[in-house]
Amino acid sequence: MAAHHHEHGHDPSVAHHFESAEQQRQSTKLGMWVFLATEILFFGGLFVAYTVYRVNHPEVFVFGAYFLDTALGALNTVVLIFSSFTIAWAVRAAQLGQLRLLRWLIIATMACAFVFMGVKYVEYSAKWKHGLLWAGSYNPHLEHGDEPAAGHGEAEAPSSTTGAPEAGAPADPDRSTIAPAAEGPHGLAAPAVAADPHAMPVEPANARVFFSIYFMMTGLHGIHVLAGIAAMLWLLRCLGRGDFDGGRFTKVDMVALYWHVVDIIWIYLFLLLYLID
Amino acid sequence: MSEHTAHGVHVASLRLLVGVMIALMIGTWLTVSVTHYDFGFLNIWIGLAIATTKAILVGLYFMHLRWDKPFNAFVFISAFAFLALFIGIALIDTQHYQDVLIPGWPVE
Amino acid sequence: MATGPDRSNYLTTGRGVLSWLFTLDHKRIGVMYLVAITTSFFLGGVFALLVRTELLTPGQTIMTADAYNKMFTLHGAVMIFLFIIPGIPAALGNFVLPLMLGAKDVALPRLNLTSFWFWMIGAVFALVSIIVGAVDTGWTFYTPYSTTTGTAVISMTLGVFILGFSSIFTGLNFIVTIHKMRPEGMTWFRMPLFLWGLYSTAIIQVLATPVLGITLLLLVAERALGIGIFDPTLGGDPVLFQHFFWFYSHPAVYIMILPAMGVISELVSVFSGKHIFGYRFIAWSSIAIALLSFLVWGHHMFTSGQSGITNMIFSALTFSVAIPSAVKVFNWLATMYKGSIRLAAPMLYVLSFLFLFAIGGLTGLFLGALSTDIHLHDTYFVVAHFHYVMFGGTVIAFLGGLHYWWPKMFGRMYSERWAQLAALLVFVGFNLTFFTQFVMGSHGMPRRYYNYVEEFTTLHQASTVGSYVLALGFFIMAGYLLHSLVRGAPAPANPWGSATLEWETTSPPPAGNFDVELLAGDPYDLDALRYDPGVGGWVRKDPRSILVAAGGAG
Repeated sequence: MAAHHHEHGHDPSVAHHFESAEQQRQSTKLGMWVFLATEILFFGGLFVAYTVYRVNHPEVFVFGAYFLDTALGALNTVVLIFSSFTIAWAVRAAQLGQLRLLRWLIIATMACAFVFMGVKYVEYSAKWKHGLLWAGSYNPHLEHGDEPAAGHGEAEAPSSTTGAPEAGAPADPDRSTIAPAAEGPHGLAAPAVAADPHAMPVEPANARVFFSIYFMMTGLHGIHVLAGIAAMLWLLRCLGRGDFDGGRFTKVDMVALYWHVVDIIWIYLFLLLYLID
Repeated sequence: MSEHTAHGVHVASLRLLVGVMIALMIGTWLTVSVTHYDFGFLNIWIGLAIATTKAILVGLYFMHLRWDKPFNAFVFISAFAFLALFIGIALIDTQHYQDVLIPGWPVE
Repeated sequence: MATGPDRSNYLTTGRGVLSWLFTLDHKRIGVMYLVAITTSFFLGGVFALLVRTELLTPGQTIMTADAYNKMFTLHGAVMIFLFIIPGIPAALGNFVLPLMLGAKDVALPRLNLTSFWFWMIGAVFALVSIIVGAVDTGWTFYTPYSTTTGTAVISMTLGVFILGFSSIFTGLNFIVTIHKMRPEGMTWFRMPLFLWGLYSTAIIQVLATPVLGITLLLLVAERALGIGIFDPTLGGDPVLFQHFFWFYSHPAVYIMILPAMGVISELVSVFSGKHIFGYRFIAWSSIAIALLSFLVWGHHMFTSGQSGITNMIFSALTFSVAIPSAVKVFNWLATMYKGSIRLAAPMLYVLSFLFLFAIGGLTGLFLGALSTDIHLHDTYFVVAHFHYVMFGGTVIAFLGGLHYWWPKMFGRMYSERWAQLAALLVFVGFNLTFFTQFVMGSHGMPRRYYNYVEEFTTLHQASTVGSYVLALGFFIMAGYLLHSLVRGAPAPANPWGSATLEWETTSPPPAGNFDVELLAGDPYDLDALRYDPGVGGWVRKDPRSILVAAGGAG
């Protein structure tokens, strides 16, 4: 259990302009919540773009989501949820002064963040390989062997295996659960893909917009994960300095709040980007 | 289920944290498996409902909002309210002018 | 309170540039912001004078059309993002907020310094943009032009992106400070109205600015990578950019005006010698304006291809903003009614504000009405309206506040006679510059045009002369204010007879703000004060009434 060092005289961890440690903690915490509100609105802009394009052009999203690997997305969701748990536990450990446990929990959370980024790297490099990039660089080229038309009539998603419709079960372009928007002319890759109607949905016009939104959303989220890793390293340094002695846990609490928001945002990204159709 | 430190700070019990994590994992499994069924337009709403439940669980227990000052929760929720406003109006508008926009859309 | 002149204060505690650049003292950060934003104001003013000079004659006067496009863009971008948004909150607000609360500092002093540093970094990016080729998009960075023009858009937008974070940090800090740092006795409804203004400003800063951040990030990604969300050739939607931009930038004009209204609420009571009229109405109307400000962004897009239904919704909502604004104006007028008005320099600015803001606000209704907006959109009428609100409102209130708190900030009195002259020149110059633009706009002179038809020559020339008068007013102001720093008479603790707490400490205040703990009472109870010729300022009739130790006024 915690060894509560009761401070003699003025607590050096309380800044001069605060009356008490509690006032300081509550101020920091309110500041953090306000910051998290700004984070929601910061990501919010991308959710607006997402909603506007998805409602107006559902077919683009049905097509684009086909190229995302649901298994990898689900794996990352599980990893992030687990890391949310470990950092929540870390707050408890800090509150109770279990500093050794705290160290391991921070390291575990950080490890999860690295796993997340590793999986993201695998996903991004597959997209890169196939030219499934944001609009300006969108140039889908399905490599030999991956390309459905060159296979044995077996549908296989070029960048994934598990997430796409099961092999042999053709993905019907009309299976969209949402009424298609107005027809536009077909894009670049349409003729090649259309060669095998059983392969994947026919590419709708402006399918590239999906990848713009995908990269912006997951990219910005990824930057937040990296920032989270930096924050964990900072926590480890604070731990080494003895900042958390005596059950002082505000810093851990703040990083944990941030990390949970990163988790919450991913919960929505997983649903909205990977689980279409 | 509820402990406090000597400073009167609420400490979440480990059992509760594990329970919430398991609920979140089940939620994830549910979100994925529900996509295998076709509920028409309901699919996205079912998905959003599950995701929102997960987010609320994270907020209430992992982020301590259940035991925190209500104003902190108010701040956080108002961010979502303003986001909903933004999405709502942008959507109303873009939906209305979309038919004007599409025929003129150059491809390439 | 009674102290010798040799006593150390926040200006003398710690010497050298580094003691300023790394200070955590809100007063020093406020002063640094003041220097920074007035420098930006000077820069933006130079751009404005160049624009006006170019418009002296039709066709080329002193610069090419391309240079002209850059000049008005830079004028707008510098004035908006570097000067007016941080203006009152970050400079005056930072200095005054903890003092008014009776607190020792803002809640998060380190974040406060970070905010200032972000401002500096953002300003460097903006300067780099100006040096390497400037921007010619207008301050609104509309796509698709901003994604195709060959000018230095990326560094300017990155600069504005960083400035946005500076603004967020200030707002966040103020919210936390007002919630958590109010000492005993300082209830919400004992807060001076300037703090209500800052609080509602902070709400907008925190909720709207992140959207600007993501908008500009998308714009940078668009130019650097071709992300295409706003680019029709890549399947994007340029009107969506305007939704994004105005979701921030309409609330942003309330970031500019709300603190100005707060300043006016303070000054009007003090210089009318009367308790403020309708305290709670003014306080709540600030919050109401902050919330309504999020519901009207589409009135910038009436002619942008926005749908008819959305136009109607936004037009109706726009009119509703007039209600809380009028509530404020009427309460100010009621405060002045039968007051003993002292026409000191700050009060001259209050009167200017009331006159100019009324014009600016009412012409806003012309633009909020769909049918008249079709005629007036993108004409000088819009430019004039905007300047009547932003200059006639915000800048005038900023000047009023600066003159009001100047003695507190630097412990020196400026020359009242010169100050009155400058106030007069600013008022006359401003009206000459911009009233002519109302006339031109209603006759169809489009904004941002390099050239114009002969008929407008006289009005354009009058407007340009007005801008020179305005500039003269500012030069005189800079002169006597700087002079006062060296030669000004020492300021008493309370030169104006105000009842808010910042006047209970010395001028300039000590590093820790107050020597004694104060108990807040009614911030507008001016009857509790009397003029003391010996001190040369105002003192409390019962000095013990606001001391916590003495039991206080209760």
